[in-house]
Amino acid sequence: MSLWEYANPRKFMTTTDRMVGPAFWLAGICLLAGLIWGFFFTPNDFRQGATVKIIYLHVPSAMMAINAWVMMLVASLIWLVRRHHVSALAAKAAAPIGMTMTLIAIFTGAVWGQPTWGTWWEWDPRLTSFLILLLFYFGYMALWSAVDDPDTAADLTSYLCLVGSIFAILSRYAVNFWNQGLHQGSSVFRAAAVTGTDTEEKVSNVFFLPLLLSMAGFVALFIALVLLRTRSEVRLRRIHALETKERMA
Amino acid sequence: MIRLLARDLRLAVRAGGGFGLALAFFLIVITLVPFGVGPGSDQLAVIAPGILWIGALLACLLSLDRIFQADFEDGSLDVLATAPLPLEGITLAKTLAHWLTTGLPLTLVAPILALLLNLPSHAQGTLFLSLAIGTPALSMIGAFGAALTVGLKRGGLLLSLLVLPLYVPTLIFGADAVRRAVDGQTVTTPLMLLAVISLGSIALLPFVSAAVLRINLR
Repeated sequence: MSLWEYANPRKFMTTTDRMVGPAFWLAGICLLAGLIWGFFFTPNDFRQGATVKIIYLHVPSAMMAINAWVMMLVASLIWLVRRHHVSALAAKAAAPIGMTMTLIAIFTGAVWGQPTWGTWWEWDPRLTSFLILLLFYFGYMALWSAVDDPDTAADLTSYLCLVGSIFAILSRYAVNFWNQGLHQGSSVFRAAAVTGTDTEEKVSNVFFLPLLLSMAGFVALFIALVLLRTRSEVRLRRIHALETKERMA
Repeated sequence: MIRLLARDLRLAVRAGGGFGLALAFFLIVITLVPFGVGPGSDQLAVIAPGILWIGALLACLLSLDRIFQADFEDGSLDVLATAPLPLEGITLAKTLAHWLTTGLPLTLVAPILALLLNLPSHAQGTLFLSLAIGTPALSMIGAFGAALTVGLKRGGLLLSLLVLPLYVPTLIFGADAVRRAVDGQTVTTPLMLLAVISLGSIALLPFVSAAVLRINLR
């Protein structure tokens, strides 16, 4: 019994058939509990007021925006090395979800930033790198839809994901470098305020536990959606195969 | 490899103006900026480093499809791929030809165009140096994007969407070096980081571009 057995589409389909439903239930329960707890049963922050509660959407979506890209990178590598079609399709399926997560993170961040910082958008390193991440998602998805042959598309997008990852990390640190020259003090404070990691250390348990629940919900939701979308990609591939066979006959 | 380089250079110079076009485009961008932001020379001096870098970057971008597209369409790329020279070497030679006909001329004229934007004269040297270090990276990254989109019929817009995010770090360090020079700070750090990107791209990207070309030639 090894992980690679699931590279067989039939095996993958039967196993995930049993997994999608529970994953959606888990996501629903965690999200509902985490968000309701977070929104209604936590005290307001003494300085930020009720706006602090957007953290329950912002932090998990930002976390998943990055994790989705990492998952795409791993899936792309598996496709390039071991040529498992399911892996390539999973990477394709994850891209729009990751893009949506990035959009949610940027949007909720803007909604939070307006009353707190007094601006919808600031060219802060962290905000800027998310915008760049969004552009990478756009490019990746555009390349998938532009190439007709599915195997060629999988190869090309995998290489793009590989090179893109390196340059995304480069941009992440380059952007830090770029804005420190402009206003160092405020950017450090702001970066610390927005990050998931820093809030985890500073936020008291009252806020942290529902946040954890909501993060678990987002992870489960991501898994459920990726499985569902990969399953429909596999089915789409089968339909294409059947149609080609009919046309040949 | 040298013969291929010479062939590409001859083609670029003689056959239907890819060569001068990038330069003319660079000049037009620099000319348009004062119309957009107003002719005040102080104002122009502030944005000059960024505009000069972005102009060079866009001029480089628009000439990218020249690297592989024509050779892919008339089949010479297939012939080249079966040649004894490895595809990595071919990619490197063609990218070098692109840099010699785009990046290098852009670097040479940038200090002259900088006069139009009122860039302080003590920053001229850094502008020249940063472009000289940075444009090879632009060509290498661009060749990767061109290799990705070579098989597509309307790849132009997609090429920009793929390549421009990859240009971000190069642009940041390049423009930052010039900005620091304007302010009279030391420019070693951004220039060295720029060199890291350039050298890394030259060392690694030809392999990726060649792998991508092989997929597209399949």
